[in-house]
Amino acid sequence: MIRLEKRKEPSKFWRIANPFLAVVLTMIAGGIMFAMLGKDPFVAIRLIFFDPIFSETFASYSRPQLLIKSAPLILIAVGLAIGFKANVWNIGAEGQYIIGALFGAGVALAFFPQPGWYIFPLMVLAGAFGGFLWAMIPAILKTRFNTNEILVSLLLVYVAERILAAMALGLMRNPDQPGFPGSRDLRRYEAAHNAELIANTGMHWGVVAAFIAVIFAYVIMTRHMLGFHVQLAGQAPRAARFAGVAPARLVVVCLGIAGALAGLAGMFEVSGPGGQVRIEFASGYGFTAIIVAFLGRLNPLGIVLAGFLLGLTYIGGELGQMMLQLPGAAIQVFQGMLLFFLLALDFQTNYRIRLTQGMRA
Amino acid sequence: MKKLLTAAVLSAALATPALADTTKVGFIYIGPVGDFGWTAGHDRARQELQEHFGDAVETSIVENVDYGADAERVMTQMALSGTDMIFAASFGYGPDVNAVAGRFPDVAFQHATGYIQEHDNISLFDARFYEGRAVLGHIAGKMTETNTIGYIASYPIPAVVSGINSAYLHAKAVNPDVNFRIIWTYSWFDPALEADAAETLIEQGADVIMQHTDSTAAVRVAEDAGVMAFGQASDMTEFGPNAHLSAIVDRWAPYYISRVQALKDGTWEAQNSWMGFAEGIIEMAPWNDRIPAELQEEADGLIAAISAEEYHPFTGPINRQDGTAWLADGEVADDGALATMDFFVEGITAEFPN
Repeated sequence: MIRLEKRKEPSKFWRIANPFLAVVLTMIAGGIMFAMLGKDPFVAIRLIFFDPIFSETFASYSRPQLLIKSAPLILIAVGLAIGFKANVWNIGAEGQYIIGALFGAGVALAFFPQPGWYIFPLMVLAGAFGGFLWAMIPAILKTRFNTNEILVSLLLVYVAERILAAMALGLMRNPDQPGFPGSRDLRRYEAAHNAELIANTGMHWGVVAAFIAVIFAYVIMTRHMLGFHVQLAGQAPRAARFAGVAPARLVVVCLGIAGALAGLAGMFEVSGPGGQVRIEFASGYGFTAIIVAFLGRLNPLGIVLAGFLLGLTYIGGELGQMMLQLPGAAIQVFQGMLLFFLLALDFQTNYRIRLTQGMRA
Repeated sequence: MKKLLTAAVLSAALATPALADTTKVGFIYIGPVGDFGWTAGHDRARQELQEHFGDAVETSIVENVDYGADAERVMTQMALSGTDMIFAASFGYGPDVNAVAGRFPDVAFQHATGYIQEHDNISLFDARFYEGRAVLGHIAGKMTETNTIGYIASYPIPAVVSGINSAYLHAKAVNPDVNFRIIWTYSWFDPALEADAAETLIEQGADVIMQHTDSTAAVRVAEDAGVMAFGQASDMTEFGPNAHLSAIVDRWAPYYISRVQALKDGTWEAQNSWMGFAEGIIEMAPWNDRIPAELQEEADGLIAAISAEEYHPFTGPINRQDGTAWLADGEVADDGALATMDFFVEGITAEFPN
């Protein structure tokens, strides 16, 4: 008979192997689903996972697009992961992303149409500050009044969305486009445009920032006292207190870092690929980044891989719809499977399946 | 891995040059084709287009495409895959359509309800929904018993605002006591939000629900609550057989077919088309039996008058919400004013969102 046995320590091997296994299982289960929809599963999987990178027709365009789509996910997820490790649950990165974008765009629109090298750096600072500020609300409410940061940060997303709508309709609306919501196109304002650093590579400042953030996070988590405190607070809160970790400070630091990075991501998006403040500017990056953080095992390098993988399923999913007429919902199910299989497989990180003989209870 | 790569290269090579006279037409949709409303209306037209041309046309769709970077990417990929004509079926794709059109001058872009036209390979087309709204307003004004009409609105853009104004003016004309309550969702397709909005409006006393959002949620809620509703863009009768009074049904197919034919003939050029009842681009879903025969005749008469251009839904005197004069007695609104409308007319009590 089959028995489950809790491992003394979570298995290191399965922690690393599970994400890869989850991808394989997703391909198999997804392939079965595509076949049931009457589509060739091999073509479908190829379109989703390989064509964006290797196809002659699409790759030269979709490879840079992969960077553009994945960079904000990675930037946000890296910040979230630090908090998650310390048991600080910031679910509201989407809101911090929106406010960061609004702060950044606000600076740009205030200077419009003046030129100036200093405008873009100011926008970067403003974006990070906006996200930081929005994250400080749950941080301070938690440390002062012991409110739950999950609820507060999540609900603040809806507040941020309303502020975004108000800005797109009012203060930031493009005065030259009567009747329609949305700000000026920042891509047409040179001093504020987060343009590609090298044409047709997809490399913009947001991608650079994402990689810098990954390196910093890696160093902090492995070499710095803060990283030690974060790990300790997450794994053994009581021991952490004895080791001199101030829980309130840690909450503020974790939410602050995550907020600032999410704000940066929003600012780079609104001044580059997004282009303008629109009511529907936020397309769920802040929430998807939570999946990226966990898929990447809260490890900065893992997050890079996870960010690219999710970006790939988005871009490949569009190709699948376009070339094979897969329904959009099937692509969403496919993405959901990935997380489902990962969570299911994580069971074996903590438990061992034992086949025992002749034992009767 | 190597095998897969070879397969990828092979099929890419096989897939590219189709028959020379096959026109590839791509569609990008803001919602799912299964919204039973706006996107369903465009997809209905796509299917008719496909049937009309058979093998001479190859269509492809991508659903749920957000405005901004996603739309730009999807249209670029369509253009790269050899698509000859792209239909972008939502107003907010404007900047994205223009960005991609600039890079692919050989691809013909057809932007539904669009408002930016910076390149000569972009056609804009729209329907005069305010004509249909006039009919809905007339019916609503007569059918309501609580004198309260609930209106679920998406975005404060001219197409939606002129629809609210038109509906209000025609409800008011037959029922001076009528009152409009308006809820903005800031989205086209969010069934949960639309259902909440409908419930709130009903709680506030509305017994007729109008919507300018794409899902069937409001019609279902109205059916359950025993009040009346109008569908949006498609006939939504099956989601509320008692509640559903009628709907403005979009019929894009004749226009789509004519544009693809023009492309095939080499006569396609950028246009800006705004079509209404007269061109058959909109029509009304079958009247619900609970609408009295007399009222049905009035509604039919209104449609006939608008089609024949004997009557324009925006004929003065009409004042703005703040009481200032907009149209003088007998004056008719010009298209420019309607296409940029950003104010409510006098009598609507809701605040204009900005």
